[in-house]
Amino acid sequence: MEPLQLVADAAQNLYPARMQMALSLGWHIIFSCFGIAFPVLTVFAEWRGHKRGDQALTDLARTWAKAMGVLFAAGAVSGTLLSFEMGILWPGLMGRFGEIFGFPFVLEGYAFFIEAIFVGIYLFGWNRMSPRAHMLSALPMIISGMAGAFFVVAANAWMNNPTGFVLDAGGRVVEAHPWAAMFGPSTWPQTVHMLLAAYMVVGFTVASVYAIGMLRGRRDRHHRYGLLIPLTVAAVVTPVQIGVGDWIAGTVAENQPAKLAAMEGVYGTHSRVPLSLGGIYYDNELHYAVEIPWGLSLLIHHDPNGVVEGLQDIPADQRPPVNVVHLAYNVMVGIGSALLLLAFLFGWTWWRRRRIPETPWFLRAVAVSGVGAILALESGWITTEVGRQPWIVYGILRTADAVSPAPGLFLGFYAVVAIYVVLTALTVIVLRRLARQPETQAPQEIDAAPPEQSSDEMAVR
Amino acid sequence: MTLAELVLGIMFVGLIAYGLFGGADFGAGIWDLLAGGTRRGARQREVIEHAIGPVWEANHVWLIFVLVVLWTAFSPAFAAVVTTLYIPLTLAAFGMIARGAAFAFRKSITTLGMRRFLGASFALSSLVTPYFLGAVVGGVASGRVPPGIATGNVLTSWLNPTSVLGGVMAVLVCAYLAAVFLCSDAVREGADDLADEFRLRALGTAGVTGAVGLAGLFVLRSDAPLLWDGLTGRAVPVVALSVLAGIAAVVCLMLRRFAEARVASAAAVTAILVGWAVAQYPYILVPDVTIEDAAQGRATLQAMLIALAGGAVILVPALVYLYRLFQHVPEHADDATAPYPAGGATIL
Repeated sequence: MEPLQLVADAAQNLYPARMQMALSLGWHIIFSCFGIAFPVLTVFAEWRGHKRGDQALTDLARTWAKAMGVLFAAGAVSGTLLSFEMGILWPGLMGRFGEIFGFPFVLEGYAFFIEAIFVGIYLFGWNRMSPRAHMLSALPMIISGMAGAFFVVAANAWMNNPTGFVLDAGGRVVEAHPWAAMFGPSTWPQTVHMLLAAYMVVGFTVASVYAIGMLRGRRDRHHRYGLLIPLTVAAVVTPVQIGVGDWIAGTVAENQPAKLAAMEGVYGTHSRVPLSLGGIYYDNELHYAVEIPWGLSLLIHHDPNGVVEGLQDIPADQRPPVNVVHLAYNVMVGIGSALLLLAFLFGWTWWRRRRIPETPWFLRAVAVSGVGAILALESGWITTEVGRQPWIVYGILRTADAVSPAPGLFLGFYAVVAIYVVLTALTVIVLRRLARQPETQAPQEIDAAPPEQSSDEMAVR
Repeated sequence: MTLAELVLGIMFVGLIAYGLFGGADFGAGIWDLLAGGTRRGARQREVIEHAIGPVWEANHVWLIFVLVVLWTAFSPAFAAVVTTLYIPLTLAAFGMIARGAAFAFRKSITTLGMRRFLGASFALSSLVTPYFLGAVVGGVASGRVPPGIATGNVLTSWLNPTSVLGGVMAVLVCAYLAAVFLCSDAVREGADDLADEFRLRALGTAGVTGAVGLAGLFVLRSDAPLLWDGLTGRAVPVVALSVLAGIAAVVCLMLRRFAEARVASAAAVTAILVGWAVAQYPYILVPDVTIEDAAQGRATLQAMLIALAGGAVILVPALVYLYRLFQHVPEHADDATAPYPAGGATIL
């Protein structure tokens, strides 16, 4: 093929490939959150139900376990597509840095295997194992879910702050330290931020389902517990997340000044930089924003005179698209603050009166908090991904140089859109059925007698 | 054996596991497709559903394992393969999504129309997915993937005689394995008449697979001479083993010794895969790039080995525990609505 043709194909593929990746990851990330955090809620409900002999709690745990099965199946298939896309769309990344970038995914493969095994044991073992053994079987599922998140986020953190290798003059990796590469400066703040986000998403989403039920007049114990448990988890995690946000902002300021400048729409490098809310960025300036004086300097340096590096110091061809990043960041922080308020309201009422606030407005707020938390999750993820542009490996490899130049690749995007529309519809239909008719089967359940014979049969099958 | 060969060898064990477990799984879907109308095929579909309910998610994991090991330890070769062959690989991935989602969700849905749609998606994708994967193998084995990113022809690399042979063989092997495996599943469910049907299908597909395999050798002679040389040279003992195991499986089926037939058919399929590897050795991309050329640095390969060994130490006991659980749990749980196996099931 002609070199010129290759360049043309790569340019044509770049935007659709990015959108395809964004769609696939943006879909998968929601289901990953449920894989990480839902087992914790379920086991907690099961444990309390067992301890108190409370059937309402036990039934709740059963329903949640089934929903977990549906969400796990959806997450598994969307994850499989991602493992193909990583190489098909971004061979420049995989070919050149696969030995570093790929390593955490090998470990993630194991984590996923363990998680799948114990999701199975947990669902299969319901009413078949001693309650103690059954609850213990959830432990590996919870740990491997968190470990899997760590490995995936470590790979992403490496793209933000690549470490653990030596390049020769031609840019080839000559010395790779895959273990060290997993523990770059962004790994811990990003992982903790992601894990807490998972608990927030699941906590608020599950609570919102029961808040809607309560608004419709169903105020039995089932619904109260269904609101109370996840909302408590979310309310505890939310303030911690705000603190972690400060930690991660500091990491970004130190390692990716361009991303931070884009998040805040800062052009000039100054001290006493305000924190800007909203606004549109053009002509190298943020217009119409609401400014909190000294806000950004205080946030980053905890000192009003702290100097924040602006986009002015970044070569024009290395600046991320400011408006998308700034808006996404504002949406995340805005929703996060609203959720904090909700958590505070809930905590206060519980502390003073030992009950759930049952006013319609509170329930309405909880009812939308699930969608809000998911929106915040997606905007946070857009902030970090788009904020890294135009780099796929920060400062080393451009996204445009990593995309596959294979002709026709861009068509895949349309196919993926169609597939995810169908998949989303199916998931929603099944979950709604599950909510209305608890006897509906989860994907992993089998309606006939379990296979009982020898283990080697099972092994072969 | 070098470090790179060792890592590739471990990857190949994963590939064989995928070929056997995943293959039978795809094959069961193919028989679901061919089971006939909604009413007539219902019983067969039920046996199939029970047989693979326990396994399908595990098969995703084997394939993911193969992919991540390849992309980490042999990154440039991996990039070359997936970019040149991106069309069949993308279609295979779509097939896996359609298959997994349809299989998982169809039992939660009760309206007949939706169930039919999902059932059809499951069955059709069971047929096309192994075809595309086989076509990918054919493209690699016949030397149609040059080194470099997307440097091969994105169409002829999988629309060619060897790829067609690879795809057809993959479908046949899947159907064959599934038919053999389903014989004992049917017996287990007390449906001896269905076992007889599956037995006939197993014998039939064994014959067809053997015939296509033999005829395929001549395709390879003209279309993939390097592979032909390997298969008729270094790999002759493995090919012979495959033929012997295949014959043994047919004999076992004739004698209705279904458990033994499983082992023999699995051995035959394993030998086919190993035969391909031996014939292609030492090339990872025929005819330019050897395993050593493509392998990554020592530090990465060592880290991989540590990770693979450490992961196995955790994984194997977990799998054993799962098997034991299935074995020891009483046949009927205390209430009829108890969630029946198999998420757990998902794994085996």
